[in-house]
Amino acid sequence: MNRKMVFYTCGQMLLLEAVLLFLPLISSFMFGESCAWAFMITIGISAALGVVVMALSKPDTTVIYSREGFVITALSWLILSAVGALPFVISGEIPSYVDAFFETVSGFTTTGASILTDLESMSRGLLLWRSFTHWVGGMGILVLVMAVLPMTTDRSIHIMRAEMPGPVVGKLVPRVRQTAKILYIIYIILTVSEIIMLLAGGMSLFEAAVHAFGTAGTGGFGIKSDSIASYSPYIQWVMTAFMIIFAANFNLYYLILIKRFKSILSSEELWVYLGIIVFSVTAVSLNIHALYPTVGETVRHAAFQVMTVMSTSGFATTDFNLWPQFSKSLLFILMLIGGCAGSTAGGLKISRAVMLFKSGRRELKKMLHPRSVSSIRLEGKSVEDSTVSSVGVYFAFFAALQLMFFLLISFEPFDFETKVTSVVACFNNVGPGLGAVGPAGNYAAYTDFSKILLSIAMLFGRLEIYPIIFLLSPSVWKKKV
Amino acid sequence: MRIIIAGCGKIGASVLSSLASEGHDVVAVDKNNAVISELTNVYDVMGVCGNATDCDTLEEAGTADCGLFVAMTDSDELNMLSCFIAKKMGAEHTIARIRNPEYNDSSLGFLRQHLELSMAINPELGAARELYNILKFPSALKIETFSRRNLEMIEFRLDEDSDFAGKTLFEIRKKYNAKFLISCVQRGDDVYIPNGDFELKAGDKIGITSSMNEMQKLLKMLNSLRKQAKKILILGGSKTAYYLAKMFESSGSVTIIEQDEKRCAELTSLLPAATIICGNGTQQELLTEEGLNTCDAFVALTGIDEENILISIFAATQNVPKTVVKINRDELAALAKKIGIDSIVSPKEITSNILVQYARALDNSSGSAVETLYKIFDGKAEALEFLVNADSKLAGKMLKDIRLKPNILIGGIMRGRSTIIPAGSDSILAGDRVVVVSSKNRLNDINDILK
Repeated sequence: MNRKMVFYTCGQMLLLEAVLLFLPLISSFMFGESCAWAFMITIGISAALGVVVMALSKPDTTVIYSREGFVITALSWLILSAVGALPFVISGEIPSYVDAFFETVSGFTTTGASILTDLESMSRGLLLWRSFTHWVGGMGILVLVMAVLPMTTDRSIHIMRAEMPGPVVGKLVPRVRQTAKILYIIYIILTVSEIIMLLAGGMSLFEAAVHAFGTAGTGGFGIKSDSIASYSPYIQWVMTAFMIIFAANFNLYYLILIKRFKSILSSEELWVYLGIIVFSVTAVSLNIHALYPTVGETVRHAAFQVMTVMSTSGFATTDFNLWPQFSKSLLFILMLIGGCAGSTAGGLKISRAVMLFKSGRRELKKMLHPRSVSSIRLEGKSVEDSTVSSVGVYFAFFAALQLMFFLLISFEPFDFETKVTSVVACFNNVGPGLGAVGPAGNYAAYTDFSKILLSIAMLFGRLEIYPIIFLLSPSVWKKKV
Repeated sequence: MRIIIAGCGKIGASVLSSLASEGHDVVAVDKNNAVISELTNVYDVMGVCGNATDCDTLEEAGTADCGLFVAMTDSDELNMLSCFIAKKMGAEHTIARIRNPEYNDSSLGFLRQHLELSMAINPELGAARELYNILKFPSALKIETFSRRNLEMIEFRLDEDSDFAGKTLFEIRKKYNAKFLISCVQRGDDVYIPNGDFELKAGDKIGITSSMNEMQKLLKMLNSLRKQAKKILILGGSKTAYYLAKMFESSGSVTIIEQDEKRCAELTSLLPAATIICGNGTQQELLTEEGLNTCDAFVALTGIDEENILISIFAATQNVPKTVVKINRDELAALAKKIGIDSIVSPKEITSNILVQYARALDNSSGSAVETLYKIFDGKAEALEFLVNADSKLAGKMLKDIRLKPNILIGGIMRGRSTIIPAGSDSILAGDRVVVVSSKNRLNDINDILK
């Protein structure tokens, strides 16, 4: 274990966080809010900590292996959230550190689960920071570190793999750093276009930025208790469209940039993704049409809710907790599936679901024809057996961990539906669940113990399980392998 | 620049590693998925798994806008075909590994022209040339030659009783009246570009730039000139052995020991002058019988590095005047150097050097590009040859007026047919070829040596 490299990278990450905090700092100055000094203190702490850590852990060798990649990622995210929670506590607007930590983890992991009961009384600088954490966490803080800071190691692919979601993380271009840059450029272009389109719908710059950050990271923090319900249909449609965009694989946008349109149309994951969307929107619309006066409104609410859950954002235009059971069940299933690999969405990911389905079909065929030989194909290429089995193992962990978290919070005094959906909504980075944690409710009533558990669940979900497991296993930390 | 390397076996992987560390955008193509995932774990490169002659694979690797396409698979035919396809898809330059003697002897020019290859690389032929140079001048550990052989970089190890040990370069230069320059010194793991006050010690490995005649003069003064090897014993009938034997056909006698009967029969018809022995060369008995004790030089060229090292240890105990070993794996070469096996030839390294030089020359769109490049002393230093053109900032300047970056030295100037070992009063003219020795710098252009 190259511990110095682990801490050194965490130090770099802290410096970057200090820089990122300037955005809310400047805006709270402009709003004339008193929370500015909370940001200043946090910037000081973050920068000082970063400099000290980097000075103390100048690495002897920059060689890292996948082990270090996992640990760097997990540790960075913990530190990132721990420091990111400070402005809320220092400003006194969220007095409890556990609550602030929950809120920040929820932000960085792009979950959008909140413990705040009175959003309208929060200062705008803090609300902006809360949403900005979505934006940073969506594409990944370490990917950003790679894009802007000179990376010390040739092997940063291990870090990228640990941080980026999806069963197989490939590069767009030969260099990791270039890849990270391209991803962030695409991300910024898309975010800015959403801000412009929201501005055109009559939002203020502050509102547009907050909601664009929330959609881009597929997070879901808003600034109103009823989320998006009071905004115009135009804004709701724009956000629906951008949720579709941000939950699709970012490699596709790179293919657009280099004008390889044919490859986009042949992307299997994309077609399955669009197919699920069309099917779900149709089914939900038919199921809920009695609740809304016009067809237009029915489809708008159905599409928005399907996308908010599938992209694991967690905005809402209506309280879907009041919908018929079929729609709620369908939404629950979509929470588990999530968006495409290589996007900012959470969940199991469509490509994994497709592979699981195909390998299930292959196993059935094997039972009928025990000697048959077949390979699983995805995106027109046969998938390595090791990848297929690793997807199976991932699914097993995915299910087992959610059951474990469910068991751990089971003593809370809520109904079954609330508890199941809180775990699923946190683990898959959706945010609002059903029952008491539905779009109209929130997580404030949970005990501190459960809040910490759910924060860990969110990190598990965002980093796709393994980094956190390795962070917690002492054998990985041994100096000698 | 985007460089695609198709076929990442031993040689392909080593080329990939040196080009990636040069800062190029490298894409690896190989049909073996395990190889690709290993390479992408270790180097900052992109991997594409597929056949190097498949258009879809090549398109995915980005052939259309690549600056250099290198085909390094096992098969010559595959290399030629994939280079041809890559060229048609838009690759600017293509380089194929072509090592079969049948292609190299006669049809290479035709093939290169019609396949539009920028270069054909033959690692085995390169290794044979290097071996030939060493055997012609056995006093040296290694010889790197620069254009037209007017200047060479010759590596020696200083023994305990060497006349150079304990002297500064300034003293040595005064004492021996020959035109040579000690331009690079390796002590332990460190490499120095020395100045006049540098004091040499026994055990140092030094690199001298000089012309061959001057070098012989110097060695005569030092009483350590060794005759060129005439009677050569080669172990292993590889392609390298064939090329080497061919070079010695007129000037020496060569014995090749090869295990495989069929290969022996081929070699006899290809090399009528050489003695071909069919037998297991790892048997010490056989080696002694075939004259290991009486030969001038022993060359271990089997396909297995470990075997080559072990047998050359045995050869050293039999007092063979000169032993040269082919070692492909860097780790083993480092180990072999530790136990005193100094004369090592690596086809892999030769190929990497050529490609690194080619890529640097491509990077340098104008001006005085790299003509020849050698990585010396375990890759810790470089010896480069540049052609100085009239636009260069160096042209027409006296050496004492040129302010060089640290760790750079001008090792020699070739003007027409004459070689100048430079002193402060010499000057560089347009049209000169300049040899620069450098460590810790990356030089693309002759102007890069200036502060």
